[in-house]
Amino acid sequence: MYTYSEFDAAFVAERNRQFRAQVARRVDGSLTENEFKPLRLMNGLYLQLHAYMLRVAIPYGTLGSHQMRQLAVIAERWDKGHGHFTTRQNIQFNWPKLADVPDILDALGEVQMHAIQTSGNTIRNVTADHFAGAAADEVADPRPIAELIRQWSTDHPEFQALPRKFKVAVTGSPMDRAVTLAHDIGLRIVRRDGLIGYQVIVGGGLGRTPMIGKVLHDFLPEEDLLPYIEAVVSVWNSIGRRDNKFKSRIKITVHEHGVDDIRARVDLRYALIRPQFSGIDQQMLGAIRDDFRAPEFRVAPTDTYDAARKANPVFRAWADTNLAEHRAPGYAIVSISLKAHGETPGDATAEQMRVMADLAERYGHDELRISHEQNVILPHIHQSDLHAVHAALREVGLATANIGLISDIIACPGMDYCTLATARSIPIAQEIATRFDALKLEHEIGEMKIKISGCINACGHHHVGHIGILGLDRAGVENYQITIGGDGGADARLGDRTGPGFSADDIVPAIETIMLTYLKHRSNPSETFLAAYRRLGMAPFKTALYGEAEAAKAAKRKAVADVAA
Amino acid sequence: MPREFTPKVVTANTLLEGDVVYLTADDSWTRLLSEADILTDEADADLRLLTAESRASQVVGAYLADVSITDTGPEPTHFREEFRRTGPSNYFHGKQADLN
Repeated sequence: MYTYSEFDAAFVAERNRQFRAQVARRVDGSLTENEFKPLRLMNGLYLQLHAYMLRVAIPYGTLGSHQMRQLAVIAERWDKGHGHFTTRQNIQFNWPKLADVPDILDALGEVQMHAIQTSGNTIRNVTADHFAGAAADEVADPRPIAELIRQWSTDHPEFQALPRKFKVAVTGSPMDRAVTLAHDIGLRIVRRDGLIGYQVIVGGGLGRTPMIGKVLHDFLPEEDLLPYIEAVVSVWNSIGRRDNKFKSRIKITVHEHGVDDIRARVDLRYALIRPQFSGIDQQMLGAIRDDFRAPEFRVAPTDTYDAARKANPVFRAWADTNLAEHRAPGYAIVSISLKAHGETPGDATAEQMRVMADLAERYGHDELRISHEQNVILPHIHQSDLHAVHAALREVGLATANIGLISDIIACPGMDYCTLATARSIPIAQEIATRFDALKLEHEIGEMKIKISGCINACGHHHVGHIGILGLDRAGVENYQITIGGDGGADARLGDRTGPGFSADDIVPAIETIMLTYLKHRSNPSETFLAAYRRLGMAPFKTALYGEAEAAKAAKRKAVADVAA
Repeated sequence: MPREFTPKVVTANTLLEGDVVYLTADDSWTRLLSEADILTDEADADLRLLTAESRASQVVGAYLADVSITDTGPEPTHFREEFRRTGPSNYFHGKQADLN
């Protein structure tokens, strides 16, 4: 775990002191709302549909037990007893009062957390593989470089008024669990000829114009990374469009200029600024690495785990679904599902947060992670402790055995909370989970990532869902469009739209239709939905959803469009 | 042809709590849509909105929301305003619980 330096602590304390004064001035009328709004957004404070919302950064999704406990305190003292974990590995509190926010920020500061740059046109919370430092397939831990990028980007004077928000994700594993191809900058740690370097991907993003990122540099030496990404952001800051907020993301800049032109501009800028990086960043990176050194993994028998698996089918089902392979013998990575059937995806109560913190402290080397899939990870659990962990999780409703299954749904807050949303997301996720739990088809269907967004901004990553659902307002009625075949993994791709959308009442039956079609047409039980879709194409799903006549019409329209293109 | 003016209420969020509120006939703020003043005259609605916007120490983001007139008072015509009236629909909490 990274520990704040004196500079970090003083910086956060000073920002909190400034914000306390700004809130006081807003309340006493010295500041207008127009003057205050950018100040509150700089500190992660939004005004949403029903209340204020405070977005708190969990850098690269890593936090310790004491930090999780403090989040529980905040949820209880200043909210309604819940926190909501998001796809950017943040936590959002949905009901803070304006006057309480300075106290909340101070409480966060006590445990080395903050809400800086969780909003605004600046470099946002850097995200990373939620199995970082633990995964068996990892080339290197992505968190040290993510922390260096966090320090570099925080209050970076050149990057506080960018054309739009800017998102960076890092993975240290070829099994990309950070969706790097759908970020403004995606960084993949790679090994070549024994050396560690970075593949730099640029111009990915979802939202109104979804795009898969392009490789800007295939192998950048470690010591060149920071000046290189500074050059990338700097180039975009100077040529990125500001005339239209819908065209201001770097993906549009890359699309309009072409990746070769962007690369040439970045190389020019890089040549200018590279000499200014004296190597201090590498010294800092070395110090940061010390903070992320692996815990001392113990060597102990695992026969109690084997015995529990044999004796307890509930435990076995959970272990089969919610554990991932750890790099240390005898250890496992535990994914705690925040997707109990019918619950709000990503929500955790204060009590649940405390239990997770206790388990991390007692069994998990004091470490927790938040996944972009809105679950909580205990990255280092010895197999002999898994049965006890499972039992404790069951006590508080956190032992749902559904990681990677159809009820493990990403859902943005949607119109239940968000001012930007045009339809609800969460109730659709709740209904899908409940429906497939009742049908007992969840395990039969197997690997399935459903992602739901309540508006075109795509906070729910619907474009890269195996099934994506986009909620829209169609003439004052909630309407849901479906895409299928999307993938947020190493070979990320965008889903294909099935056709006309469905009403709120019809969307869950439509998802059931797609699933039954898959089960009917798959070549064998081990063929995943994605593999089946890639083999079968859209036709059988379209026919099942809309009927033969509609499917034929849609195919004709597509053929005409293809010829026109 | 100018669009026909449909009934509206002035709504906003309170500055201190963020709660959804509505302007009443006596220019106070209520958390109940049923107590909101229904505005049927466009010029009056614009004036009331300006008045609301000027009260920046009380509310944020005032705007006119469409309603229909029923025997029990104003009813939202769009689902967004329905959720603002009741609170989130994912479980029973927020405004629907607070006002109970």
